[in-house]
Amino acid sequence: MNEQAQLLPGTLDLLILRAASLGPLHGYGILLRIAQISNNALLVEQGALYPGLFRLVRQGLLKAKWGTSDNNRRAKFYELTATGRKRLHQETENWNRLAAAIGAALAAEI
Amino acid sequence: MKILAYLRALWDVVLNRARINRELEEEIRAHIEMHADDLERGGLSRVEAERSARIRFGGEARFKEECHEAAGGMFIDSLRRDARFALRLLRKSPGFTVVAVLAVAMGIAANAVVFSVLNALILRPINVPGGQNLYMIERGKGAPTQSYPDYLDIRDQNRTFDGVVAYDIAPAGLDTGGSASSVWVYEASGNYFDVLGVKPYLGRFFHSSDEHGPNSSPYIVLNYAYWQARFGGDRGAVGRTVQLNKYPYTILGVAPPDFRGTEMFYAPDFWVPLLEQENVEGGSQLNRRSARAIELVGRLKTGVSAAQAATDLNSVAAYLAKTYPAEDDRINFKLARPGLFGDLLAGPVRAFLAALMVLAGLILLAVCANLGSLFAARAADRSKEIALRLALGSSARRVVRQLLTETLLVSLIGGAAGLLVGMVVLRWLSQWRPVPDFPVNVPVNPDSTVYAIALLLALASGFLFGLAPMRQVMRADAYQIIKSGTTGSAGRRIALRDMLLVVQVAICAVLLTASLVAVRGLVRSLHGDFGFSPQNVTLVETYLDMAGYKGDAARAMQRRMIEAAEAIPGATAAGVSDRVPLGIGWNTDEIFRDDSTDTRASHEVADALKYSVTPGYFEAAGTSLLAGRTFTWNDDKNAPRVAVVNREFAREVFGTAEDAVGRYFRNSGGRMQVVGLVENGKYETLAENPRPAMFCPTLQSPSSATWLLVRSDRDSQDVAEALRSMLRRLDAGLPYTVRTWNAEMASALFASRAATVSLGVLGVLSAMLAVTGISGMASYSVSKRLREFGIRIALGAQRKEVLSAALGRAFWLLAWGSAGGVLLGTAATRVLALIVYQASPRDPLVLAGVVMAMAALGLLATWIPARRALKADPLILLREE
Repeated sequence: MNEQAQLLPGTLDLLILRAASLGPLHGYGILLRIAQISNNALLVEQGALYPGLFRLVRQGLLKAKWGTSDNNRRAKFYELTATGRKRLHQETENWNRLAAAIGAALAAEI
Repeated sequence: MKILAYLRALWDVVLNRARINRELEEEIRAHIEMHADDLERGGLSRVEAERSARIRFGGEARFKEECHEAAGGMFIDSLRRDARFALRLLRKSPGFTVVAVLAVAMGIAANAVVFSVLNALILRPINVPGGQNLYMIERGKGAPTQSYPDYLDIRDQNRTFDGVVAYDIAPAGLDTGGSASSVWVYEASGNYFDVLGVKPYLGRFFHSSDEHGPNSSPYIVLNYAYWQARFGGDRGAVGRTVQLNKYPYTILGVAPPDFRGTEMFYAPDFWVPLLEQENVEGGSQLNRRSARAIELVGRLKTGVSAAQAATDLNSVAAYLAKTYPAEDDRINFKLARPGLFGDLLAGPVRAFLAALMVLAGLILLAVCANLGSLFAARAADRSKEIALRLALGSSARRVVRQLLTETLLVSLIGGAAGLLVGMVVLRWLSQWRPVPDFPVNVPVNPDSTVYAIALLLALASGFLFGLAPMRQVMRADAYQIIKSGTTGSAGRRIALRDMLLVVQVAICAVLLTASLVAVRGLVRSLHGDFGFSPQNVTLVETYLDMAGYKGDAARAMQRRMIEAAEAIPGATAAGVSDRVPLGIGWNTDEIFRDDSTDTRASHEVADALKYSVTPGYFEAAGTSLLAGRTFTWNDDKNAPRVAVVNREFAREVFGTAEDAVGRYFRNSGGRMQVVGLVENGKYETLAENPRPAMFCPTLQSPSSATWLLVRSDRDSQDVAEALRSMLRRLDAGLPYTVRTWNAEMASALFASRAATVSLGVLGVLSAMLAVTGISGMASYSVSKRLREFGIRIALGAQRKEVLSAALGRAFWLLAWGSAGGVLLGTAATRVLALIVYQASPRDPLVLAGVVMAMAALGLLATWIPARRALKADPLILLREE
């Protein structure tokens, strides 16, 4: 537990988009997917996921549809829209640039 | 795409808040259960697993709220909360709320009504498809009438119109079995309905193909309203044959309900082909090029501008001037908006309505100023509460939004109430027939534009008067307010409010000046010198051709009527004229000098009004004879042609009025001798300058239009009764109306009456606003300084000192506002002089009236606050703190 890093503000949306980019997922699934792709290194407050999902649906980046989960529970599935995919691509690039720059700045010998 | 999704989500939120809540709950439950499933698989008991999953999910309620906010629902939600809070506050101070709502309602109602009338008369094109492409073709400026031969040339030679229609308004007698009643018709060219693009409601219309020369197309197309009124909406009416002036006419069809002809002020009972003029009017002018009595409206071809059309028309005019120099010398054409007799009525109507619109706008502005200061005072009283909210972490934006919700609520409720009042007034106006027996009636029903404008105005004014308290909140220093209980120094804000008040008082004074000037003008015109005296005269209007009297038979009937009328007990004089001055419509005649051989229009020395009168007319009308003689029954067809002229005629034609009697002049009919000179009068409108007029003997210049004037000092009711029984004796089948000349004057006085009433209403509205404004300001300043006054009184201050401290400012504002308003009003009443006869602001009575009215308003408005200031009891006040 202590190994997990707190999320930077604004990064949750990016992670949700990334998680949903691999196929339709329900909220809990997204949570698991984030844990999986980050090797359990990131701490996402479970409830906070939902306002994020609503926000992304409103922005037209995700679309939601009711369906049935693997173990036969009714759940809402989220899927990336074309705009969402574009946004994910963009934000990923932005993030990489930022991370590289900050990494370089922090690593520089003074 | 993004916007669409956003709007959809917002839509969902607004409409389906409950459904979203349900779904959200289900989604969260699914989440927790799935989590619990996983935990259960890890070895926990089901109960334990679910408990753990719930804990790890976190605060459900908080996240739900956040979800709503994320989905865009918070705005609506808090709006609902604000509205509820505002309603509660407004209910808590019903007096304030009622005053505020009433003020907004007055402002909106005034604007909705004035705008509606403006919209109906000026802005909205005639109610036919593509109405904005219709133009009236005028002769020069302000002369809307044309002759039929010119019409044919214009119709056939122009290259810029899809079609040109001609029409004329005429009275006629309709007999559907039983006795004839008088009706008003449009005589319209055959292409009238086709060019206008109107489709029949029932049956068919007449077309160009129905025209086969004069009196060949005896068809009638009914107006929808007349069909309802006279035929009870009977579909069997179409195809029936009725008697029009004793000639059989077939009813072809019914026009749609929303088509009421091409003149706004004149809705006809039905339409007949123009070529029927001889049968309808008892005489035809259609082949006379100089008889200009019909109006033309053309539909522009698509892509042609009005300027191009005017150029095109003037090449037709050049052709006419060259080909028919005797009649059409120097003729030229101009385009005007149709519907108000071209520019003849449109000019003054537009000027007056524009002025009224500005005044109504000013009233609304005054309402805003008024409520702005009221709400600001209210916000100041609530400054403690607001400061507390700010201190407790509410954002200034949130507080401002709450205050704004309150003002918008007031403005919307007031706006709705105002619109309701406006609609009632407008419905009444639409049904109002201001001139007896004449189809003047204007449909001013509000349309969607009016509703939109009213809503917009209400919202705008809500924002405007919501701004005043907002400044106060934004500047508020929570710490200072809670500590000392007041907002501290606020010098500039007060100055702004003072300005608003001065503006408001000035608006009120402008309106008061204008309405007083109008009232004075009206009173004067009622007792003015018209060149005739309508008091004690009873009129009988009848059209002899409706009952089949033609030519000499009509003359003989007129003479019988006069002789019978003279025999009525109490009758002192009786005479017949073809029209009454200041009635509806007039004839003019081109006058030439006796030595003039060239009777082209450009050589005329005067354009005189022409009346055909019998012996006895001048005595009955009360027109004084200045020199010479009036007519006798010997001035007939076989006698030399003679005329009685007025002073202005003599001045314009002979250069002097002194020796006019005995001299000769020419008109289109030949040489005439002046045998009498009478005083000048008013003929077309009350506001006109002296106009030349001539009177011809009926026997030499026959007309079947008959107005019998009977002067009698008996009660007008008795005279009317005697006249009715006389007419029954003479011919029971004759359609007629009897009324006093004063009643008939309604048409001449209509414009000034309408102006006076509308200005008066606006004046009263603004006076009420000024009273609430001043008293609001005064009582606020008194309540703020009440403690000070209490202490002053306790220390022995005189009443006068307290009063001048409390109300001096209000009085100064009042004085400044009034002075400015009177000056502005004096300037503004120049417009009024166009409509109201003898309207002059340089009238000591008007000035005194305005000053006194403003002083009275000031006293009324400051009475209550003054009493409150004087009653200030320091003990009670100090104990309250």
